[in-house]
Amino acid sequence: MTRISSNLKAASLLAPASVFFAACGHGNQSAVEPSGLQAEHLSFLWWMFLAITAAVYVAVMVILVAAFFRTRRAVAEDDAELSPDPLREKRASSVVKAAVAVTVLTMFALMLVSFRTGRALDTLSQAQTPLEIKVTGQQWWWQIEYKDPTPSNMVTTANEIHIPVGRPIKLELVSHDVIHSFWAPNFHGKKDLIPNYPTTLFFRADEPGVYWGQCAEFCGFEHAKMRFMVIAEPQEDFDRWYSASQQPAPEPVTDSQKFGRDIFLKSVCTQCHTIQGTPANGRVGPNLTHVAGKPYIASGSLPNDRENLANWIADPQAIKPGIRMPMNTYSPEELNALVDYIQSLK
Amino acid sequence: MKLSIKLLVVLAFVLFGFASCEREERGFRVKTPDANRINTKRLTTLQAGEVIPEPDIKNEYEENAFALSEGKRLFSQMNCVGCHAHGGGGMGPALMDDKWIYGSRPDQIFATIEEGRPNGMPSFNGKLPDYQVWQIAAYVRSLSGLVPKSAAPGRDDDMQSREPENSTEKQEPKRVNAPQ
Repeated sequence: MTRISSNLKAASLLAPASVFFAACGHGNQSAVEPSGLQAEHLSFLWWMFLAITAAVYVAVMVILVAAFFRTRRAVAEDDAELSPDPLREKRASSVVKAAVAVTVLTMFALMLVSFRTGRALDTLSQAQTPLEIKVTGQQWWWQIEYKDPTPSNMVTTANEIHIPVGRPIKLELVSHDVIHSFWAPNFHGKKDLIPNYPTTLFFRADEPGVYWGQCAEFCGFEHAKMRFMVIAEPQEDFDRWYSASQQPAPEPVTDSQKFGRDIFLKSVCTQCHTIQGTPANGRVGPNLTHVAGKPYIASGSLPNDRENLANWIADPQAIKPGIRMPMNTYSPEELNALVDYIQSLK
Repeated sequence: MKLSIKLLVVLAFVLFGFASCEREERGFRVKTPDANRINTKRLTTLQAGEVIPEPDIKNEYEENAFALSEGKRLFSQMNCVGCHAHGGGGMGPALMDDKWIYGSRPDQIFATIEEGRPNGMPSFNGKLPDYQVWQIAAYVRSLSGLVPKSAAPGRDDDMQSREPENSTEKQEPKRVNAPQ
């Protein structure tokens, strides 16, 4: 499959359109650089359609240009249109018939390939023991919950999906506000999250790496900054991450961190955020138990460093206008301590 | 004559447009307005000595569709629905009727949320920014039709459990002394 796909790729690079699209591919968020089973099918289909339609386009253009430059046949003095040459007429009609037949056959072949791809996309849903993850689309972030029959083994996080390479993943897609759409192009196509109507999506990561995805259905002010990461890693790395994530938040060590925790627990933060191991158990915003271990905050908008964290806490509305988190008026000492505490939540 | 009628119609539309500007205004960067902190600890209509008239405090959020829908969202997310349901009441008193134990004025509702009330109403003091409490207070008043219908929410984003606030009949507030 990959070989055919790359042959096709090479073939269709002739078409200027494909050069344009190849330049767009960033690798870690691209539908034409597949890292999963289904994305490979989809990418094959895409290159195949591009190659065939490019060939048809070139053929049509060649014939059109040829028609422009063809010298007109000398017309006899008597009106040729009233007495056409029967031999010539017959040839013209068979050319048209052949062109129609080729067009129909090509379209039919494309339909069959598309149909076959559609069926192939579904094969993973037969998997026996997929890893089940519940993804809730929120305005404007993603809540990720790893399901487990034992509630204490469940892990809740945000905007970051860790998965083991090679194992089928079953996503349960839920929304409680408006319609969102889950799109991790390196693994699969889009799937909508519809309020009151859970949907499922199966995929598998075949190569380890960090991939980006985002909401693909306009969902309000900050739709554009509603990104997520899929981190595909070997099973042992995933297990290590998973058992670390099950732990409650580490206790604060320094005085500043302790002061920061007091501020967190006594102010508005706890109404929306959870930190396991503390009385903060709000379910409106992202779970912050291990937030310091994440590379990004604000749904992939900002690198997770001290300055960004402080700016984010003080004035999130300047970074993502319209989000649910209010502005906060802390004194510099309080903000400093709060950031110290949040940065200790590894 | 004809021209002036045309002019009037155009003018009416322009005015209409201005009116809707305010209705649709969305204030994101709200610093907690300390000026809104008000002292409304008076829990009885009886007053000693010279009578001080009740303050006439207007909640601007009652005329703003965005603020009312934010209030509606917070009403669920801050678990007001846990006791008051979607206005019908349960463990807590109903909010869609005409009976008010602690007053129906915006500042009285604000005080009720901030300070808490006996028999179960928790205090949200310090747990919500003031502007969000004002938004919830505005929504609470829309439950019994006390806000302009042009601004009140016309539907739920989620499942609808009662008729929308903008078609709620106005319930003239009545003071009662205990939950009924």
